[in-house]
Amino acid sequence: MPKRKDVKSILVIGSGPIIIGQAAEFDYAGTQACIALREEGYKVILVNSNPATIMTDTEMADVVYIEPITLEFVSRIIRKERPDALLPTLGGQTGLNMAVELANSGILEECGVEILGTKLDAIEKAEDRELFRNLMNELGQPVPESDIIHTLDEAYKFVEQIGYPVIVRPAYTLGGTGGGICSNEEELIEIVTSGLKYSPVSQCLLEKSIAGFKEIEYEVMRDSNDNAIVVCNMENFDPVGIHTGDSIVVAPSQTLSDREYQLLRNASLKIIRALKIEGGCNVQLALDPDSFNYYVIEVNPRVSRSSALASKATGYPIAKLAAKIAVGLTLDEMINPVTGSSYACFEPALDYIVTKIPRWPFDKFESANRKLGTQMKATGEVMAIGRTLEESLLKAIRSLEAGIYHFELKDSANFDDAIIEKRIRKAGDERLFYISEALRRGVTIEAIHEWSKIDFWFLHKLQKLIQFEEQLKNAAFDGELGRKAKELGFSDKALAKLWKSNEKAVYLWRKKAGIIPVFKMVDTCAAEFESNTPYFYSTYEEENESIKTDRESVVVLGSGPIRIGQGVEFDYATVHCVKAIKEAGYEAIIINNNPETVSTDFSISDKLYFEPLTVEDVMSIIDLEQPKGVVVQFGGQTAINLADGLSDLGVQILGTSLEAVDRAENRDKFEQAMLELDIPQPLGRTAMSVEQAVAIATEIGYPVLVRPSYVLGGRAMEIVYKEDELLHYMENAVKVNPEHPVLVDRYLTGKEIEVDAICDGETVVIPGIMEHIERAGVHSGDSIAVYPPQSLTNEVKAKLVEYTQRLAKGLNIVGLLNIQFVVSKGEVFVLEVNPRSSRTVPFLSKITHVPMASIATKVILGHSLHEQGYESGLVPEKDGVYVKVPVFSFEKLRRVDITLGPEMKSTGEVMGKDITLEKALYKGMIAAGMKFKEHGNVLLTVADKDKEEALTLAKRFADIGYQLVATSGTASYLEAAGVKVKTVGKIGSEGPNLIDQIRGGKAQLVINTLTRGKQPARDGFKIRRESVENGVPCLTSLDTAEAILRVLESMTFSAGAMIQPASRKEGVLV
Amino acid sequence: MKRQLILEDGTIFKGNGFGSETGVIGEVVFNTGMTGYQEILSDPSYCGQIVTLTYPLVGNYGINRDDFESITPAFSAFVVKEVADFPSNWRSKWSLDEYLKMKNIPGIAGVDTRKLTKIIRQHGTLKGAICSVDENPLEIMERMRATKLRSDQVKQVSTKSAYASPGRGNRIVLVDFGMKHGILRELNERNCDVIVVPYHTTAEEILALCPDGIMLSNGPGDPKDVPEAIEMIRGILGKVPMFGICLGHQLFALACGADTAKMKFGHRGSNHPVKDLKTGKVAITSQNHGYTVEEDSISGTELEVTHVALNDQTIEGLAHKTASAFTVQYHPEASPGPEDANPLFDEFISLVEKAKQGDANYAKA
Repeated sequence: MPKRKDVKSILVIGSGPIIIGQAAEFDYAGTQACIALREEGYKVILVNSNPATIMTDTEMADVVYIEPITLEFVSRIIRKERPDALLPTLGGQTGLNMAVELANSGILEECGVEILGTKLDAIEKAEDRELFRNLMNELGQPVPESDIIHTLDEAYKFVEQIGYPVIVRPAYTLGGTGGGICSNEEELIEIVTSGLKYSPVSQCLLEKSIAGFKEIEYEVMRDSNDNAIVVCNMENFDPVGIHTGDSIVVAPSQTLSDREYQLLRNASLKIIRALKIEGGCNVQLALDPDSFNYYVIEVNPRVSRSSALASKATGYPIAKLAAKIAVGLTLDEMINPVTGSSYACFEPALDYIVTKIPRWPFDKFESANRKLGTQMKATGEVMAIGRTLEESLLKAIRSLEAGIYHFELKDSANFDDAIIEKRIRKAGDERLFYISEALRRGVTIEAIHEWSKIDFWFLHKLQKLIQFEEQLKNAAFDGELGRKAKELGFSDKALAKLWKSNEKAVYLWRKKAGIIPVFKMVDTCAAEFESNTPYFYSTYEEENESIKTDRESVVVLGSGPIRIGQGVEFDYATVHCVKAIKEAGYEAIIINNNPETVSTDFSISDKLYFEPLTVEDVMSIIDLEQPKGVVVQFGGQTAINLADGLSDLGVQILGTSLEAVDRAENRDKFEQAMLELDIPQPLGRTAMSVEQAVAIATEIGYPVLVRPSYVLGGRAMEIVYKEDELLHYMENAVKVNPEHPVLVDRYLTGKEIEVDAICDGETVVIPGIMEHIERAGVHSGDSIAVYPPQSLTNEVKAKLVEYTQRLAKGLNIVGLLNIQFVVSKGEVFVLEVNPRSSRTVPFLSKITHVPMASIATKVILGHSLHEQGYESGLVPEKDGVYVKVPVFSFEKLRRVDITLGPEMKSTGEVMGKDITLEKALYKGMIAAGMKFKEHGNVLLTVADKDKEEALTLAKRFADIGYQLVATSGTASYLEAAGVKVKTVGKIGSEGPNLIDQIRGGKAQLVINTLTRGKQPARDGFKIRRESVENGVPCLTSLDTAEAILRVLESMTFSAGAMIQPASRKEGVLV
Repeated sequence: MKRQLILEDGTIFKGNGFGSETGVIGEVVFNTGMTGYQEILSDPSYCGQIVTLTYPLVGNYGINRDDFESITPAFSAFVVKEVADFPSNWRSKWSLDEYLKMKNIPGIAGVDTRKLTKIIRQHGTLKGAICSVDENPLEIMERMRATKLRSDQVKQVSTKSAYASPGRGNRIVLVDFGMKHGILRELNERNCDVIVVPYHTTAEEILALCPDGIMLSNGPGDPKDVPEAIEMIRGILGKVPMFGICLGHQLFALACGADTAKMKFGHRGSNHPVKDLKTGKVAITSQNHGYTVEEDSISGTELEVTHVALNDQTIEGLAHKTASAFTVQYHPEASPGPEDANPLFDEFISLVEKAKQGDANYAKA
């Protein structure tokens, strides 16, 4: 069927900030969709609040709005742009929910906007638990016994009938927010209560638990002519019970016979046809491992994380084709973009095995509850491809960058057998590795199956890996076994350990022995058709299909899985780097392992290698491609961390030299450089021992900022106010020794400033300066950043510019750099320099129209800034105010302290822009998910050191009509200053206390600052968690509170009474 | 046990043997299905062929009691990347290795099957031999050249005598050219009273069974090697409704005056899109054929093309313009593969019903 002519312009809704459950996969989907729709000649209007994405680049759509995805703002855009249609299925749950909200509000009808792809009633049928169940009954598709409940009482009734365990699934929430499995009454109360709270319609599905069934997913597509296909099916390594986003997943299914495969395929196609979806859809099914019984678990009537995975796993671009289907094209008239010769209406055949492993944030949140269940906790994922399961799995493991290069448990000796059994029974993020240890200790696969219900097929493979290690141990540098080990995916590092050698020796031996990988193509068709897709993976087999071309090439290292501290921003920079390399006339080769991202779309680069980012895996590609060099400065710390190892093997690192990187990152060298360049920095030293740290702190004076050297995202960084806190930190948070020194710095209270710049050795271009709302001490990634700075004098700005130029040239930067300054009492100090692309590159690039990653790439390739038309200095400030507001995923992570500090905790960000700071902040905060109430209660519990400052804020809240509520300490302080405040009991006190206040919905805002080392810290933790659990904004920095206050003040008319004359009498006319 | 696969173009793949250790020579073909090796190995259409599976892990769910498409496998050998030594599925009874040993069929694992597939794609289907690595490749190639691949596969796999699979519904005579059990299963599910007859049964013999419909099964090899069947079809056409699958489709085309030809490497897999020219809808189908009906041979016959392969536009379905007969090149009985085309059996039954209705009306009039 030809595409629609009656539709001319289409509004595409993005997915907003990266949060757990909704990550870079929607940048990939949205970007593909925008390209696809424009290819077909439609005008695309895009709205997304996330500035860190490729899709919000101005060239991606005809009109790009970086505005909050809320009814208010999207309606405004619809009124202004008058699109003919709306495509809601590419922006994740956010896009889908927004479409429903828009439709319900009546604006779509008012403005004549048609919903494309999936119709509203289909969205409702798939998303609303009750409608979904009805539909499944109509179709004769089995669903687990379940009941929709709206109260805890109803939940009790259900459990009485069905018994425990039951699964709670709140309606209309992301990544299973608020859901879980309950095995007893206590869990039932907790999970049902929170589930009802998180569901926007206060509705949960209670479901008979079918934990232990095989969890199978089908990615299906359908067009308007009712053609329907399966793009890919996937089998979860972890049986039902763990959210699929938190499960290890392989594609295609491994343990299903054809009959089972077709049984579930038929069910999936029946469902997508019944829903009349025009586009992509994900169907999750549970299959009894001992019969043909199955249940339909869930249907996502849109592209999803799984569809991104399926696209990368098969090569079949689901989002692109879904967008084209939405405008009326049918599968049978579209060419398969991978082969270029066959049609899109077919089912990809894989001739390899794909493994996905989630990446969890528990390395940053050590106190978090690491148990996995129905609520997703992973921030990102890695994918690996191999010709054997073992190869695919081991490649995925080393892609995780978790410090593990093999199927083994870190610190394995520290765990007794009971712990190991427990960790296998109750899955956490490291279950796979506990299984490895169990197998090493001789636990049978029968026992492990009993504990985990993981299919024997997988367990047997894992057991054989362990057994093979024993064989390898006694066969150092044996050619035949060495080759077999490589076929099974063993890394050189793992072999080196078994052979008591080192990685380099193994690598060199391997090359000499001719044990080198070949690269095979991902072509959707198992080689049946000729295909020119430049998408490759390595394996140890005979035929190599990746042929080096005559063109000179440049290799770009990507940033691996999305994690806290290394988000989609780095993929943004990577993609721009690749494009710039192509523009400069080189062949651009990218290596990355994240299936969610735009950079791993095979149409972005000239060649895509889907591989782990380790020295070994990168070297295999370099040995084949012989590139001009490797670019490492856009792939975050992942890429930077490989520079040494690669350089050691003779690889040319392009851009800032390794020595220069070291000078910026090595504390002592940096200090020396700052002295030479005459740039002040806070006093500080490097400590090699606990005693030394104490001595340094005493010398420079408390508070001090302590952190291990070479860290990402401020990991394990803390501000300590006294010696006992320092001792506690040194003994618990870090392992200090001469190889792992700890940095101790004077903590300066002041404004934190962030600058990004590009340097070619001569010229230093500074696109912009950003000022942070939160004072220094809060990680820059967690601070609200403002462009242009609002409170800096011209002298300070000039100094910042001057220091930046001096630093960039003095440190011999070639390419990008990011500098954090602190301005304290009018003085500028440099905190740190990152000799690479930073988190703020996309934000600043979009505001200033300076394509930073692209310019920097060309600088790296030898084109001076001058040649590119740029002069030294600060680029003139743009009109308007732009704020970058961090977004957290705390509601997904139980037991994580939400206090802002030097360690980064946010998962994503949004941008707010307008003509004043207040308006920009309003938008930024709304986009970040905050809901402003014009009146209500502010609950204050602040540390002694903050009381004075809090008083000013309290008065201002009172002035605009907020009621203040505080615990006795804070309350008496406020009352003494003449502020009216209601006192509530502390935690544990008699009668209603502040927790009840929060639970009862009687707090609209919570301000809580940290008191360290005492019991109140634990109370504080409870208050903060309670706020998160109840969806009440909780601010842990007075600066953020002040910013919100400014917004509220600007929104509200003040209610000031007329000033009473001093004496009544005088006022009366006599 | 080290074994080797030698192709007639001289390419040698070394690997590990599984199944039996006999040596074989046959035509090497590839199948791209990711599941269904049990159905493939028991599909008589693979008679005499060395089958490589493009999916690298084979045998994961073992061999079960139920999923055979014939009682005795007729294919020559399997070539795979990896054979599972520990199958896992609730129905699994044997490992693939155990089963092939039982049936005296060899397999070779550890082969770069993607490389092999590409050779077949580029070169076209070619001869190959599986033997011990101790054998001299030159001698083997010489033997291969001298070996004329057999052309009586249908005779080999067809039933030797007729038998009934009774039911209370329409009587269908199913002509077995190497029938997959799936076809019989589908007819039984529709209450048919099925009589399965050997490939060389004559039209008269068939008509003497008073059938309501004739089903022409799939089968191995070149349709031109089965002239007796072509004769039989001519004798029945127009008298009883007829439905043909795969080889049955090709034989029907030949009987109606069209021509067939050998394809470069055929269609074998579970993901082949076929377009219904009447409805414009596409079904994903299971296919296994190395010959095709030639498009330009259709004109001048009483045939019309009803279905085409979306990717190479080859003929996938034919219908007779006047007689009540239609055929498809693909496998509506699936097993293995998608069941999208399953309603074709219903279409056949309704054609049969309609014909009976017509006869009844005729009798009344």
